[in-house]
Amino acid sequence: MATTLLSKPANEPAPVVAKKSKLSFQLSLLTGSFLFFALLLRGIATLPLDTSSLTSFQNWLNSVSDWIGNNRTSNPVFTFFINVIRDFIDTFVTGIQDLISQAVGNNASPLLGWFGIVVMLSYLAYAVANLRIALLVCGGLISLGLLGYWQESMDTLALTLAAVVLALIVGIPLGICAGLFPRFEKIITPALDFAQVMPTFVYLTPVTLFFLIGPASATIVTMVYAIPPALRITAVALHEVPWSSVEAAISMGSTRMQALRKVQLPQAKRTIVVGINQTIMAALSMVTIAALIDAPGLGRVVIRALESLDIGSSFQAGLGIVILAVVLDRTTTAAASKVDAENSHLLDHKHHRQILKIGALLSLIAIIISRIYIWAGNFPGTGVLGHDIATYTDNATNWFQAHFVNVTNAITNAISYGLLNPLQSLLTNSPWFVTGLAFVLLAAILGGRKLALVATFCVLGIVGTGLWSDTMATLASVLVASIATVTIGIVVGVWIGRSKRADQIIRPILDAGQVLPAFVYLVPFLGLFGATRFTAIMAAIVYAAPASIKLMADGIAGIPASISEAGIAAGSSKWQMIIKVQLPSARRAVALSTNQGIIYVLAMVVVGGLVGAGGLGYLVVAGFAQLNLTGKGLAAGLAIVLLGILLDRITQAAAVRSTLQGK
Amino acid sequence: MISVRNLWKVFGSNPEAIIGSPDAALTRQELRAKTGNTIAVRDVSFDVAPGEVFVVMGLSGSGKSTLVRCMTRLIEPTQGELRFEDEDILKVDEKRLRELRKTRFSMVFQHFGLLPHRKVIDNVAYSLEINGVGKSERHARANEVIDLVGLQGYAQAYPEQLSGGMQQRVGLARALAVDPQVLFLDEPFSALDPLIRRDMQTEVIRLHHQLGKTMVFITHDLAEAVKLGDRIAIMRDGAIVQIGTPEELVAQPADDYVANFVRDFPKSHILTLRWIARKPQPGEDLNGPILAPSITVRNATRQIIESSLPIRVMENGNLLGVVTAVEVLHLISGQD
Amino acid sequence: MFKSHRFRRGATLMLVVSAITFALPAAVPAQAAASCGTVNLADNAWVGYEADLAVVSYVLKNSLGCKVVVKNISEQVSWQGFPTGQVDAILENWGHEDLAAKYITKQKVAVDLGSTGNNGVIGWYVVPWMVAKYPGITNYKNLNKYASLFKTSESGSMGAFLDGDPSYVTNDAAIIKNLKLNYKVIFTGSEAALITSFRTAQAQKKPMIGYFYEPQWFLAEVPLVHVTLPKWTTGCDANPKTVACDYPPYPLNKVASVKFMNSGSPAATVIKNFKWTNADQNSVAKSLAVGKLTDDAAAKIWVDAHPAIVKAWLGK
Repeated sequence: MATTLLSKPANEPAPVVAKKSKLSFQLSLLTGSFLFFALLLRGIATLPLDTSSLTSFQNWLNSVSDWIGNNRTSNPVFTFFINVIRDFIDTFVTGIQDLISQAVGNNASPLLGWFGIVVMLSYLAYAVANLRIALLVCGGLISLGLLGYWQESMDTLALTLAAVVLALIVGIPLGICAGLFPRFEKIITPALDFAQVMPTFVYLTPVTLFFLIGPASATIVTMVYAIPPALRITAVALHEVPWSSVEAAISMGSTRMQALRKVQLPQAKRTIVVGINQTIMAALSMVTIAALIDAPGLGRVVIRALESLDIGSSFQAGLGIVILAVVLDRTTTAAASKVDAENSHLLDHKHHRQILKIGALLSLIAIIISRIYIWAGNFPGTGVLGHDIATYTDNATNWFQAHFVNVTNAITNAISYGLLNPLQSLLTNSPWFVTGLAFVLLAAILGGRKLALVATFCVLGIVGTGLWSDTMATLASVLVASIATVTIGIVVGVWIGRSKRADQIIRPILDAGQVLPAFVYLVPFLGLFGATRFTAIMAAIVYAAPASIKLMADGIAGIPASISEAGIAAGSSKWQMIIKVQLPSARRAVALSTNQGIIYVLAMVVVGGLVGAGGLGYLVVAGFAQLNLTGKGLAAGLAIVLLGILLDRITQAAAVRSTLQGK
Repeated sequence: MISVRNLWKVFGSNPEAIIGSPDAALTRQELRAKTGNTIAVRDVSFDVAPGEVFVVMGLSGSGKSTLVRCMTRLIEPTQGELRFEDEDILKVDEKRLRELRKTRFSMVFQHFGLLPHRKVIDNVAYSLEINGVGKSERHARANEVIDLVGLQGYAQAYPEQLSGGMQQRVGLARALAVDPQVLFLDEPFSALDPLIRRDMQTEVIRLHHQLGKTMVFITHDLAEAVKLGDRIAIMRDGAIVQIGTPEELVAQPADDYVANFVRDFPKSHILTLRWIARKPQPGEDLNGPILAPSITVRNATRQIIESSLPIRVMENGNLLGVVTAVEVLHLISGQD
Repeated sequence: MFKSHRFRRGATLMLVVSAITFALPAAVPAQAAASCGTVNLADNAWVGYEADLAVVSYVLKNSLGCKVVVKNISEQVSWQGFPTGQVDAILENWGHEDLAAKYITKQKVAVDLGSTGNNGVIGWYVVPWMVAKYPGITNYKNLNKYASLFKTSESGSMGAFLDGDPSYVTNDAAIIKNLKLNYKVIFTGSEAALITSFRTAQAQKKPMIGYFYEPQWFLAEVPLVHVTLPKWTTGCDANPKTVACDYPPYPLNKVASVKFMNSGSPAATVIKNFKWTNADQNSVAKSLAVGKLTDDAAAKIWVDAHPAIVKAWLGK
């Protein structure tokens, strides 16, 4: 859920590099004293809070929310600003829905029937990419219909498109500003970090508070998540343009605008298209979560399947999302490389133009047909393919559950009693000041005074939300899941980093894993592991491992050949190579993959609140469903954010440290 | 034509405060440690005459690239005066500056700075395009310069389809397209292979003969400087250490730095007879062959060594001195 | 910015194409003459509600040609939709006196449309096999004696008490605390998870206690046994912190926004007249949850079998 924060660490002031042995001494001393005091003072100042109890801060948040509810239709901020934005976005989204997914007025189908959409989108894919992609789009769209989720898929597409268009309208100009003005970039970077580190789940409540549940809110939360990649990559794209060509343009008397328009943007085009790709993928991954606040489409099917433990439908809808993702991803990627091809000037323009004209004509005819004939308007059939897939999945899972319930129970219990419960009890029973101080000291050791200050702020902030104890419970799950994720990340990452063949086989699986909405595998895990924290932990591992593995693999693969050759020349065995040469050389990748692993895990453990994992996640969910818990839910969201910043900054500092040591 | 007076460029915060303060006397490292500022150009003054090839030479980090950018205000100088045909360049507004850049100055860059998404012809025509010249007219002009730099037949190619040397020819063509008065060349050939570099140097000499443009040429290569430069300014730590003709630099280096620089350079290639001619000793036979003082030692060596009598160096009928094999050998063996 | 000619040309063509097509009259006819327009119905996360929603939507769509927009929002949030116009009607409301006071009595934006014909019961239930084996387990006073039976990896040293969807308003945590019971509330996350847990527990003879309610089709499959809590009296549950009594009886009702009722939409009549029995609801709910039928398919079966009742709803 959070993409890399590569922009950050490089510029951070470098803390004085301690000798490695000194660092590990400090860390073990810290761990030792933490355990000593935590156990000595256990049970003191643990700050527990009953589910139904509220602190005054939480009550205050409640009253804020009430106030907003009561003044929504009268306060000028709402009537002239927020409601206007809401109406605008609502109209925009519904407009697209009318176009492709929702029946309009007295018609039985949307303005464009399925046949028209398939032909038109395939044509567009051909125009921006190539014939192969056009066929992929065509096949992908038709299989969505065969799954039985044509309308839902189009709803999802409509919402994604709306969010992406708006995100690009906001993101690209801001990205251009960031690319041109370093100062602006410096100001905006922390905000982007914040938006990306923050588990998406958390800002559902505040957004609905202002924009109500519905399409507008769904679009806005998706935008919040989709703008950062658009903005960042646009800025990167401008940075990538060789300064010499900009300088050359200025030396010839171009104005700044001319240099931007004629020199920088044309050269940045390819990277910006990559940014559009990332924006689309981010938006698509968000629309499922947005279904929690009534976003229409496939996400809603998945959520409803989660509520009714309907593994078949959830898989079917998940598959639909994956298909959409693959189609959009491949199209935009191909479009990006076509920009390349255009730059290297390999295209036969005249011939191409002829085909385009014919294609446009065919699209027009298809659209007209789709408005005249019922078969071309609404996707025919009831999704036989989808039904089969659902039944098959159901049977497979039932079989698996029936035969492995004892195994899965044993795993759940072993991990819960052996690792999770002791850790949780340690953290929740330790006095808050002991644990808090441990965090601050850890931050001080790894990142110096500035980081210690941030840690202090986060710790005190969490205490202030009144949810220290719940935060510690969540932290325990996060730690267990993170350890597993990082282990998997390193093991698999090293494997596929070393072997090209393994990479070719594993990487597509990882890609699919990252696209599949987390809720989809939450459902079978719920069947296998019951409503436990362990289910959330498992889901978190599945969700976080791909990112962690990829970073690790890229790190290993990116080790300069000279280093590896030196190791081999020295006669190292395979294991010696891995342990003595490759892992130390890829230290920064290890640290980064840990950082990303933890951030992803946090996002997912929180979602685990939906499936009985309790902790902060439960409070967030309960908060937006139960009015008297709204304040508590908001407070829980805040606690998650603070915990996220704490973990992110500490692991990033560790990453910076390891880079410095590597030098 | 161009006159630079007391030009300073200080990077970092509050740069003006450094100039004139005792800090300005510190070395770069000391200043950086103390205030965080870096002096890139330090109190530089010189003039460039019309039609002259003025070379600025220095090692990397000596401030030469910053200096040339200050001269077109790609980098704003911190202080100083910069005149071009009696106009104070540092005082003109943005609009006038752009006009000067569009019509009077041109620049050629080390890394070419070509626009990869444009064909050669559109790269060359870029400055005409932003000057508002119509398409057919600017293409006609671009084709002219493309021919001039020897790129016939490549107008429709894209830069990445060309070799490095050809790309820099595009760079030259682009710079010449607006028929500027001054050409600034910032290490234009440093990124090229030695053989190609030599060709390009010859090309520049040819163009200079043909067009007579004033050039300010930046390089770190003494051979290049000597080959092209009418005068050479040697820079070190942002300041100009010495300005002079190649001969002057080699014959009379201003300090050890310059001396060190030119030490390994074959002096016989630069120095003329003027520099090694000595007063005839009493009783010397002054009936030897006559040579002009502007002939380089290298070119005269054969004659000098083959002559049994001392060579007379004469200018306008006056005897400047005599030269024998002894002087030549001294020079070549470095014992002068 | 992307000034590739091809792309621009393509986009222009598409625009022209679209413009022409939308100017064409759509020849695909709607299924019925529509004076009904759009009806926004709240959708709450339990299968009984889904059953009401399926049948009402089916009737509105097929008999009146309405466009039904389903809003997936939790029960309390649904009420907030009345003043903003997001929600026209809630089909099965469980109590919520505070919200009724706010939106019906005070703000006058909503109106009570009377009973759905269903009577709701909320309470604590145990799996039936335990009743024979552990005498007295259906009385709260004996629950501490059996607490250790209910221990799981999630509840630590206490017994686990399972709750459903986080959006359900429950007093369980407070009741447990105030009755000094040695139990911990664990949220399973959904109605289905709760049902699965009860079903597995009964099948494998594992102990389980939790929150449940009627009408619910599952009670026909596994007849969960109600645990007696201190009897509910008016006001005993007024303060959520001190509540130590059972849940009140819930006569389930429909609520609609005043704006919608005054709109003259024929849908308003149907929702007002909508009324059926627990058995009716359970049969549709079971088609949805066990038969995995779509809403429309499940509704069609029931509607086709009960033409008279539907006719009454339509006011004919």
